[in-house]
Amino acid sequence: MQSYHLEFITVGLGFFLLMFEAFTNGKKSQLGLYAAAGLAVILALLAFAVPAPGSSGQSIPAWLENFYQYDAQARFYKIIALLTTIAVLLMSVDYSKVLNRFSSEKKNDENTGEFYCLPIIACAGLMWMASAKSLVSMFVALELVTITFYVLVTYMRRNVGSLEAGVKYLILGALSTGFLVYGIAWIYGSTRTMDLSVMAEFLNSHSELISQPALLFGLALMLIALGFKVGAAPMQLWIPDVYQGAPTPITAFLSVASKAAGFCVLMRVFSPFMEVAGISDKLQIALLIIAGATLLYGNLAAISQSNFKRLLAYSSIAHAGFLILGFAYGDQNAVSFYLGTYLLMTLGAFFILSIVGQQAESDQLSAFDGLGKKNPVLAMSMTIIAAALAGVPLTAGFYGKFFVFMAALKNGANWPILVIAFASVAAGFYYYFKVLRNMYWNAPANDTAIVVPTITKVCLIVLTLAILIVGVYPQPLQCLIGG
Amino acid sequence: MLLALVLIPLIAAVAIFFFGVPARMSAIVAAALNLAIALFAASSPDTVKISLQVLADPNINLNLALYDGMSTVMMMLTAIVTLAAVFSGTCPDGREKLWFSSSLLIAAGAMGAFLSTDIFFFYAFHELALIPTFLMIGILGRGDRKATAWKITIYLGLGSIVLLAGLLLAVNQIGSFAFEDLKAAGEHQNAIALLLLVGFGTLVSLFPFHSWAAPAYASAPAPIAMLHAGVLKKFGLYGLLRVAMVVCPDGLNHWLTLLVWALLANIIWVGLVTISQKRLDTMLGNSSVMHMGYIFLAIAALIANGENHIALPAAVLLMFAHGISIAMSFNLVDRIENRTGTLEISQLGGLAKTMPSLAFLFGLVAMASIGLPGLANFAGEVMVFIAGFYGWSWDCCGGQLGIIQIATIISLWGVVISAVYMLRGYRNTFQGPLVKTTENATRLTLIEKAPAIFLAAVLLIVGLYPNIILQLLK
Repeated sequence: MQSYHLEFITVGLGFFLLMFEAFTNGKKSQLGLYAAAGLAVILALLAFAVPAPGSSGQSIPAWLENFYQYDAQARFYKIIALLTTIAVLLMSVDYSKVLNRFSSEKKNDENTGEFYCLPIIACAGLMWMASAKSLVSMFVALELVTITFYVLVTYMRRNVGSLEAGVKYLILGALSTGFLVYGIAWIYGSTRTMDLSVMAEFLNSHSELISQPALLFGLALMLIALGFKVGAAPMQLWIPDVYQGAPTPITAFLSVASKAAGFCVLMRVFSPFMEVAGISDKLQIALLIIAGATLLYGNLAAISQSNFKRLLAYSSIAHAGFLILGFAYGDQNAVSFYLGTYLLMTLGAFFILSIVGQQAESDQLSAFDGLGKKNPVLAMSMTIIAAALAGVPLTAGFYGKFFVFMAALKNGANWPILVIAFASVAAGFYYYFKVLRNMYWNAPANDTAIVVPTITKVCLIVLTLAILIVGVYPQPLQCLIGG
Repeated sequence: MLLALVLIPLIAAVAIFFFGVPARMSAIVAAALNLAIALFAASSPDTVKISLQVLADPNINLNLALYDGMSTVMMMLTAIVTLAAVFSGTCPDGREKLWFSSSLLIAAGAMGAFLSTDIFFFYAFHELALIPTFLMIGILGRGDRKATAWKITIYLGLGSIVLLAGLLLAVNQIGSFAFEDLKAAGEHQNAIALLLLVGFGTLVSLFPFHSWAAPAYASAPAPIAMLHAGVLKKFGLYGLLRVAMVVCPDGLNHWLTLLVWALLANIIWVGLVTISQKRLDTMLGNSSVMHMGYIFLAIAALIANGENHIALPAAVLLMFAHGISIAMSFNLVDRIENRTGTLEISQLGGLAKTMPSLAFLFGLVAMASIGLPGLANFAGEVMVFIAGFYGWSWDCCGGQLGIIQIATIISLWGVVISAVYMLRGYRNTFQGPLVKTTENATRLTLIEKAPAIFLAAVLLIVGLYPNIILQLLK
């Protein structure tokens, strides 16, 4: 199986389910299960994809080789895309009640069919982003994902919050697309190539180009556009509103898959320039300033939040700060590892939020009041997830931050950025533990037990155990990233 | 085998919480089993070792070993206090799972921290123990539990992060996590030393980062207070001796004056604060903060003079003795509140008439805490004071006292302060006429007495024959 076949199969699966949905009558949420099962098969097929990373021999056909590559990094981000999409689809199945209520006048599932199919299309885009080799294929894949998200974010059309989120995302997303295309144009004009793999070589042999403002201008535009995708300051302003308004599974999707793919592209685009003397130092300073600002904004703003969904939005900004910090010091494996652990923790948090939020009909932190008494096992799972998000050792979250800090220290990070980063960890400790405070120390508002549906239960058990296992034994995950 | 010491309480905690095995029974079995294994391991310290690689780059291993006598002493302290703790306190109905599983989690974390010979797991296990501590104070604490629990969470959370910064900086300088590779850092010694002092210091309630301790211990359920004050808090001192002294000796020397001021504030300032306490539990909480000053004094003596071969055994012996005696005090205070419903010293009196055995045991531990010869604390404190004057004589220094000697002389006043508040507390609680709260107090049952008697026996044995600890530290 050629690796690029997987993207085609994924798109095919998406179209097939769309047709299937149109011509059959049945519970629409079943589609979510079919879709998840289909993606699971694709995930299994990924194990047999050739050429295996690290093996020699070029077997990507000529018509594709300018656009597509398949290496360990691509494989890792494809796994992230597939796993996240599967989790999001499963979460959507348990979220269908809310979805029905806000998507149709009759409050039944007649309008929800596409909701279970579109994530597959987005997943294909995310997988392609992981393999993008040239600026063109990167742009096309990115837009495929973003446009799908425009639809998904605003899917609950009878909910004002969802509509507001959709409009904000559309306008700011379109703006960032403009920056991206403009940046690509300037970079192409300066380097005369779209192919990222030959850029560094070209620039090193044409050193007169390096100091030209045209190239730096193009890079700055790209940085702004990709900063928007990953939620880095000062392009992070859309995140809280969009995350809060979007349907919870889509928020999880945005928060994990979209961010991970954004970082994959960010690293692919900028790592050639990180190797070019004369640009790398400028780029590093820019990245460090962005990282510092993102860390400060995300963590300080998160402290005062009382809505858990919004808190997670700010926390996702905060995590982006650590990720950029890791990349600024040139440790791409640290970034990938961080994203792998971030996937486990964030999906877990959204699974819990989706259940608790539905039953309390509120995303406020107060919805978690007394959870420790009402459902001790769910509360324990949330405790582990919150500890992981805060970066407590023996959970997966610790290693992510640990690698970033080690990379920073090894590469002679200066004091201000280290102080900001450690202060951010401390702030994170504070606001994630606020959730624990609500769960254990506050009395429950009512006595209704929280029922956890089977699908969510299984997913949560898997995610929580994975957080602990990676937290104690991270070697396998590191091997997967290293190829 | 050492892995079992960590795994047994961990597995018991998980089994209690998730699978509903009988909580109290399994906790007692796990704690007893652990004590037995610990005794066995202490008798053959060289044969037991475990090493599992968890990460190749950077090389991190789960190494458990009795690195030297200090680890053995701390392991014994953990096992002894854990066994006493699972017998202590009254668990509210319906919360047995939470109560016993969190006690066991704290025990597992503390055990792991003291047995790890790798900075990574040394730090990680301590964090594992902290979280149940925070949660338990907030869930089942007395008084203003939420505010108290939030305060200890923030203080110790921040302290841990400062500590982490210091440890990472040190590891980056040294290039290895393993204890046996630790050596003096080439650069940034002063920064590392300050971070480690503040980080470890916060965890041990070094002045001025001490204000979380007394309210937290007063609020915490008995087993949690016993395990934290008795065992987990010693992690910071252990870390200073184990890591900081090796990694940044010059840096610590740079901050020595600051440390001496802080430890004197611990002894004298907090000592005076302790005298003014109106409740038994906050009095004991503050006294625990105050006694940390003596151990810091021993550490300061070791920093000032690396040749000082009395300071280290003195510090470790006092850590052990204090751990046992403070655990015993919290156990007994909890029983007083259980019988009389109050811990306000002014509302108690004459308890010796209705509860003679409790009065005897409390008197014993009060004497230990003051430093009565024959009990373990005396041996520790005397050695600390001797260590303070180690290497000093009229001839060598021209009759001038060094900073450590002056600090030692001032610290001696701490003994007087301890005597004042302990005796006053004892008199007002146990002597005088019976009052409303105490006249109907019923005697302790044997099972209630058991943990205190067990701890008292340890205090006596170590007090009469301190060599049992000291021979391990040679």
